[in-house]
Formats: sequence, C-alpha cells, structure tokens
Amino acid sequence: MPRLAGKVVGQSSFYGAVVTLVVFAAFPFYWMLITTFKTDGDLYNLKSIPYWFNSPPTLEHLKYLFEDTLFVQWLSNSALIGLCVVAITLLVALPAGYGLARMPGRSGENLSIGIFLTYLVPPTLLFLPLARVVTLLGLQDSVWALVVVYPTFTIPFCTWLLMGFFKSVPREIEEAAIVDGCTIVGAFVKTVLPLSVPAILTVVIFAFTLTVQEFVYALTFISSSSEKPVTLGVATDLIRGDIFYWGELMGAALISSVPVAIAYNLFLDRFISGITGGAVK
Amino acid sequence: MSVTAQAAAPRRLARSRFTFDRLEVLGPLFIIPAILYVVVLVGLPFLLALYYSVSAYSIFNPSYTFVGLKNFREVIDSEIFRRTLANTLIFTISAQIIGLLLGKIGAMLLMQEFPGRRLARALIVLPWAVPVSLATLAWVWMFDSLYSVINWTLLAAGLIDPAHRPQWLGQEDLAMIAVATVHAWRLFPFGVVIFLAGFTSVPQDVLDAATIDGAGFWRRNYQIILPIIAPIIMIAVIFGTVFTFTDLSVVYLLTKGGPINSTQVLGSLAFQVGILSGDVAHGAAICLFLFPFLLVAVILLLRSLRRREI
Repeated sequence: MPRLAGKVVGQSSFYGAVVTLVVFAAFPFYWMLITTFKTDGDLYNLKSIPYWFNSPPTLEHLKYLFEDTLFVQWLSNSALIGLCVVAITLLVALPAGYGLARMPGRSGENLSIGIFLTYLVPPTLLFLPLARVVTLLGLQDSVWALVVVYPTFTIPFCTWLLMGFFKSVPREIEEAAIVDGCTIVGAFVKTVLPLSVPAILTVVIFAFTLTVQEFVYALTFISSSSEKPVTLGVATDLIRGDIFYWGELMGAALISSVPVAIAYNLFLDRFISGITGGAVK
Repeated sequence: MSVTAQAAAPRRLARSRFTFDRLEVLGPLFIIPAILYVVVLVGLPFLLALYYSVSAYSIFNPSYTFVGLKNFREVIDSEIFRRTLANTLIFTISAQIIGLLLGKIGAMLLMQEFPGRRLARALIVLPWAVPVSLATLAWVWMFDSLYSVINWTLLAAGLIDPAHRPQWLGQEDLAMIAVATVHAWRLFPFGVVIFLAGFTSVPQDVLDAATIDGAGFWRRNYQIILPIIAPIIMIAVIFGTVFTFTDLSVVYLLTKGGPINSTQVLGSLAFQVGILSGDVAHGAAICLFLFPFLLVAVILLLRSLRRREI
C-alpha cells in the first residue's frame, strides 16, 4: 500500500511538472488565440474571468485585420523576401558547401569554421553601418534592402550545414560520374545534388524561417507601411497613437507565427546538429 | 588562316574544359561568392562601424571628422550607459541560468515515455520557434497596465491589493523582472532541446555499465552524463549568451528601454541614440562594446569545436 501511494505521488508530481512547464511555455500563445476571437466588450471587462469566452466568439477582429489593414501586404512582403533570400542562399551556399567539403586537408574545415563564425556577428553590431550601405545602394525603405542584407546570416549557417552533409556523400560516386565523362560541375549536379534533397530542404526551411523571424534590420531600414515585412508591420503599425487593437494584434501575431513554428519544429533536430557542429547526430 | 582559327577554337575549349575539371581550380571558384558576400556585407560594414565610432558622424552633420576616442569616453562617462551595460549583463546571465535549469528539468521530463510526449515537446519549443517580435507582443498584452491577465490572476488569488496593481512595464523593478522573464521564457526551450539532444547521444551501454557498477541516479547524472554532454552544453551556452546579449527586440517592444532608461540594453540604447536621435557616432561606439564580448564567445566556440574533433 505505501508503495502504491508512493507511485501515485511520483506520477502526479511528474505530470504536475510537465504541465507547469507546458503552461509556462504555451500560455502566451493560448492568450493570443483567445484574444483574437473575443469581442471587445469581453476583452475590456475587468469583472469577467478572462481565461474563457464570456460572450460568443467573434470574427470581427480577423475581418478588420484582413480588410482594413495592410496585413495581407505584409504577409506577401515577408513571403517575397523569404523566397528571394532562399534563392540567393542556395545559389551561394550550395557550391560553397561543396567546395569546402572537397577541399584537401584541413583547410576546408578551417575556412568553413571561419564562415560559420560570422553567424555569431549580430544585427545589433551592424545595423548602423548597414543602414548607410543600404542608402548607398539606393534601397532604403524598400523590401529589397532586406533581400540583400538577410543572406549575410543565412549564407554562413547554410554553408556550414551543407558542408557537413556533402562530406558524408562518398567521393567515389562523383569520381564514377567523372570517369564516365561528366565534368566536375556535371557530376555535382547529376550525382551529389539528387542525393542531397533532404539537406537542401532543411536549408530552404531554415533560410526561410530565419528570414521571417528577423526584426532588427527591418526596423532600421524600413519606415513605409507598405514595404514592411509581417514581423515589423504587426509590431509597429497596428498600434495607433496609444491605442492598441489587441484583438487584431494577437490575431496577426498568431497567424504569422504558427506556420513558422510548425516548419521550425519539423526541422529542429537538424538545426541542433548544425549549431553543435555535428556533435549530435 | 581560317583553318587554323577553326582548329584553335575547339582546342582552347578543350583546354578550358580541362582547367575547369581540376578541383584545385574549381574548389576556390565555388567558395568565392560566399566569401565575397560575407566580406562585403559583414566585414566592410564592421570596418565602417569602427570608423563611425571614432568620428563625429551624425545624420544632421555627415562629416567623417576624426575625433579619436572622444565618443567612447563620453559613452562610458554617461550614467545611462553604465546602467545599460549592467542591465545587459543581468538579463543575459539570468536568462542563461533559468534557461539551463528549466532546460535540464524539461529534458529530463521529456526523456520519459508518456502519452502526449510529442505534443508536450512541440508546445515547449514554441517560444523559441516563433518570431521574437510577435511573441513579445503577447507579453506586452499580458503585462497591460489595466487588463493584465497576470494582475487579474493575482487579484483573484488575493495576492495583490486592487488599489495598488503592479504596473509591470511602468515600474523600474517590475520592468526589469518583466524583461528578464521574457528572455528566460524565450531561451529555455532552446535549453530543453539541447539537453534532449545531449541525453540521447549518451550511449546506453555506458549507462548500463555504470548502473551495474553501482552508480545511483545522482552519480550517473553528474559523473557520467554531464561530462559526456558538457561540450554540447558549452556550445549552447555560447549561442544562448550571444542571442540574449545582443538582442534589442524584446526590450524595444516591451518597454522601449523605459521607464526612464531603467531597462535599456546595449542594442536598444544604440538604436535610440544611433537611429532615433541620429547620433550615429555615439550609437556605433555603444554597439562596439558588444565586440570584446563577442570575441570571447568566438574563441570559446572555436575551442569547443576543436575539442569535439579530438
């Protein structure tokens, strides 16, 4: 009997700990969800219990968000920036990762660590001079400024990930293709790339999510509402004066963060193995 | 004449093909675009930041007059800057400690098999996965001066007095707690994931052998598992520290550095001085205080990456 009691106590404290941690992590998202669908009368009422609907849920905030704000424009800006950055990243990081993986001796490894370290250089260190560079390029206040600048952090990380992957592709496969008359580029395109689809997919997802998450450069370079990506637009333009439109704000935050969170979750293990330098497989 | 030209063309093509077939030639060509991108848009801007910091440059008077270390002296002499530097350290260190503690606890819980484990993991990872600016907005709403759900709960539990509701973002001490909480909240899922990855990388036979030799729960934890996963944890701490230390979006959106600069961090202060007030030179000088610290992070990271290879 005491053994059973001990087990019950152990089990319930275990689940208690899990639930506490999950609530701490996820409550703000629950709060976004419920705020999105509450009527204003329900939201701004100190008497009622805020955890649940006290009057029937409403779609008016979402309707306002999609019809009367630039939210859709911001979403499409973010998508455009994301796609362009992914394209630039692949174009630059694929050959670089391959070149580094096939460099003789340790020079490739050292060079790639050098490139990887630039991933540690934060936007906070560079936003002032880059604002000047963006102006010199004539891109101030335009989504294209972000398309040019974002690859500075996606290229180092993705080159590193791809190099690790290409190293695991046996060299004999390309050599066989070269013996059969392929050029090196041909061998790379015809034999290595098809084998690397999972790695390329990972890089695409990461370049995209890292880009969509960025805030500091967007805040520094862009001031016209119609050019903002979604993270910036929602955070700065849905507030008018001192009035916060919480229903719209939370709806926008929820809609734009959920897809990113799902994509990130699916590829999390690869991200971790990337930053730990392959120490975890 | 025309015959020679015709004959030479394929030969030149053949030779160029031969050149491009050599990995020594092609390898560097493959790498150059990546290096150029990084040099032009990271290296050169960094040099420009260095130059700004020793000039009198501002958006109202864009002159590159050299003023030596005057900007740095003025920055260090300012009360606000010293407070800012201290804040940045406080937020970074507290976030790392809470992140590691909750990370380890969370990972130990998630190592067990239980129904709903995958869902629990996905929910716990959320704060790390979503864009920081959007997640911070949810906290701004939760810390609202009037409709704060946290205050509502504390009131309902009878822990606070309705006449003196805490102003989470409006009182110095509470604002510090609010910013630290959001940073820790954002970082701890990263800790969970890293510890999980570390735990699963410990070979089961090593653990079994230790158990047979009589090692209990604590000994297995601290004398076997921890040393094995230490390098991974080290790398995670370096990344986590860099992310928190250099972040400006949490403070910018939560408190704008207020009330009265009491929650400023290096990033948000540099943004306020360099962009909003247009004093680029002093802004750059503030940013550069990040640099020695980043250098230490880089050296530590290099050492752990090397150790991993041995």
